[in-house]
Amino acid sequence: MSVTASQSVVFARMGDPEAHTIDRYVATGGYEGLRRALSMKPEDIEAATTASTLTGRGGAGFATGQKWSLLADAYPRYVVVNGDESEPGTFKDRQLMERDPHQVIEGALITAYAVRATRVFLYVRGEMALAQERIGQALVDAYAKGYVGSNIMGSGWSIDVVLHWGAGAYVVGEETALLESLEGKRAFPRIKPPFYPAAKGLYYQPTIVNNVETVSTLPWILRHSGEEYAALGAGRSTGTRIMCVSGHVKNPGNYEVEAGNITFRDLIYAPELGGGIRDGHTIKAFVPGGGSAPWLFEDHLDLTLDPGPVAAEGTMLGSGAVVVMDDSTCMVRAAWNLVRFYSHESCGQCTPCREGGNWMEKIMWRIENGAGRMEDLDLLLDVGQTISPGSFPHASNKATGLEATPWPYRMTTICFVGPSAVVPMHSALTRFRDEFVAHIEQGSCPVGAHA
Amino acid sequence: MARLNAQNVERAKAVIRRYPRERSATIPLLHLAQEQDGYITPEAMEHIGELVGATAAEVQGVATFYEMFKHEPVGTYLIGVCTNLSCMILGAEQVLEHTEKVLGIKAGSTTVDGMFTIEEMQCLAACGGAPCLQVNYRYFENVTDERVDGIVDALRNGRDPEGQSIPPHGTLSNITLPAPTTPADRERPEEIHPAPQGVES
Ligand SMILES: Cc1cc2nc3c(=O)[nH]c(=O)nc-3n(C[C@H](O)[C@H](O)[C@H](O)COP(=O)(O)O)c2cc1C
Ligand code: SF4
Ligand code: FES
Repeated sequence: MSVTASQSVVFARMGDPEAHTIDRYVATGGYEGLRRALSMKPEDIEAATTASTLTGRGGAGFATGQKWSLLADAYPRYVVVNGDESEPGTFKDRQLMERDPHQVIEGALITAYAVRATRVFLYVRGEMALAQERIGQALVDAYAKGYVGSNIMGSGWSIDVVLHWGAGAYVVGEETALLESLEGKRAFPRIKPPFYPAAKGLYYQPTIVNNVETVSTLPWILRHSGEEYAALGAGRSTGTRIMCVSGHVKNPGNYEVEAGNITFRDLIYAPELGGGIRDGHTIKAFVPGGGSAPWLFEDHLDLTLDPGPVAAEGTMLGSGAVVVMDDSTCMVRAAWNLVRFYSHESCGQCTPCREGGNWMEKIMWRIENGAGRMEDLDLLLDVGQTISPGSFPHASNKATGLEATPWPYRMTTICFVGPSAVVPMHSALTRFRDEFVAHIEQGSCPVGAHA
Repeated sequence: MARLNAQNVERAKAVIRRYPRERSATIPLLHLAQEQDGYITPEAMEHIGELVGATAAEVQGVATFYEMFKHEPVGTYLIGVCTNLSCMILGAEQVLEHTEKVLGIKAGSTTVDGMFTIEEMQCLAACGGAPCLQVNYRYFENVTDERVDGIVDALRNGRDPEGQSIPPHGTLSNITLPAPTTPADRERPEEIHPAPQGVES
């Protein structure tokens, strides 16, 4: 199997160990996209972004040009770049911030100019010391060379970019929690409506929140054209995107792919991508789009990385993180691990998330440790129902004839953390009920070793 | 020591100037306090409240929400082992167990000499290098028991583990960021092109 090489858009400089320095960045086309942007009217940049079909890479997949067009007509207004990356399995934004920080800054500047922002904030995850240093140094250099600050590149346009960093909380990644955090508060997701920070965001002023990878794509689009970007990929996965592949594959890593042109099988097995499952093992399950995405299985390897067909299979491409689990993996423990994560990261505002997550974690832990009861299986589903009522999305099963329930779910909570705790439990229990039962009947984990 | 010292008050004021509203500086200032004292003291929270115009209780609410802020002394070296999914299925539980054995403490506690604290971390965005750990938020990927031994040994003997320098816990702000050049309360950016027809300028 071979995959046609993808165009390198956001990852073009990844092979260059000096790409984070301003000299290397400028020597490799850096800040040319901004120069181009400053010769255009803001409306034309928005039009080019809409034409590029670029969608958000933070997880929700919202069309970027459209998001910008929703900005309320008020000033001051802000641009916030979401660099809080902490969705389990996702490790692309950190790489972009560490190795190509100027590209993030340039993308943020293009966004700011296009939406007429009055200040830009780069919100970097607290635990990422190197990313903070690299972006900090890049800002110092960019200010010194006139790419940031007053009268940028002699254009007469001025903007400041502020580096901000967090202090450890997954829920900060949720955009309204991010804004609360940036206001110096606890990261409590805001009650919707207002649905979009574009209407009411930072300090309740119009705000655009975009992901690191999303803004990193803009310099290329400006140097080429929206149409040229849209011509890459296919279906609803146009352009390129970075897929983070981890787990039991031979070549874990970040891969920039024209997602619409490849399948999960390509991504996981192609020698130039994931390289296949480690020797002597076969695939058992995989997370297709970050820990919040319902799992897929061997039956679904031939799905194209396109949001449409993936949603029909009950899941999403989310943050682009694929975690591959082979036949050595205990499904109860793997699912428990993610349930524990989401319940631990609950901010506590909504009872179903705060209490339900905790209960699911406890019940799964006792099943894993051989102290579960048969009633626990229905109890788990029942707790799941209080967080996310109705039929919960899951994949089809060829062997049993189970049909897929399409994405998305309904929810009783303010944000997606609550339902995300249901996801791994429901995925594992729907597909591997027998494995749960075996734990209970045997009074211990039948898989044993967990590595 | 507990309130920010004179030098850190100057740094704090420079941080506050970057934001349109003072209170936005709360988290960076808490990092500053932690850099000064190693953890967050009640006096520091009160002082930060004075600086950003919040009550001590509001600052405390923030300081206790985020996991990087410590409320009692922690080790010089904070060893954070990721045990989230990608790391777990590639041996993170073994790495954690080994680290606990080598240091003679459990995750969540500190060695009696005050040198090491072990923490269990959630996904650190290094899943491609699983299993991974951090020492004072500096990454070590694809770790093994042997590498844990080497890292601990280097730190105990004052050497940089694997050639990576590890600043003391709390040091996150060693770059002096540029001061803003535009007013914080600026209403609109400059229009550098004539406004297109039909759009009010
Ligand atoms: C619980 C939760 C966590 C999230 N974490 C992140 C994150 O770490 N990084 C990110 O860019 N987006 C994250 N998002 C998505 C953001 O809310 C938001 O949609 C995104 O930053 C918008 O940027 P985009 O349109 O460029 O994708 C998260 C969403 C939720 C509900
Ligand atoms: S769903 Fe959970 S994390 Fe989200 S707002 Fe409610 S309690 Fe907080
Ligand atoms: S799971 Fe350990 S870094 Fe992501």
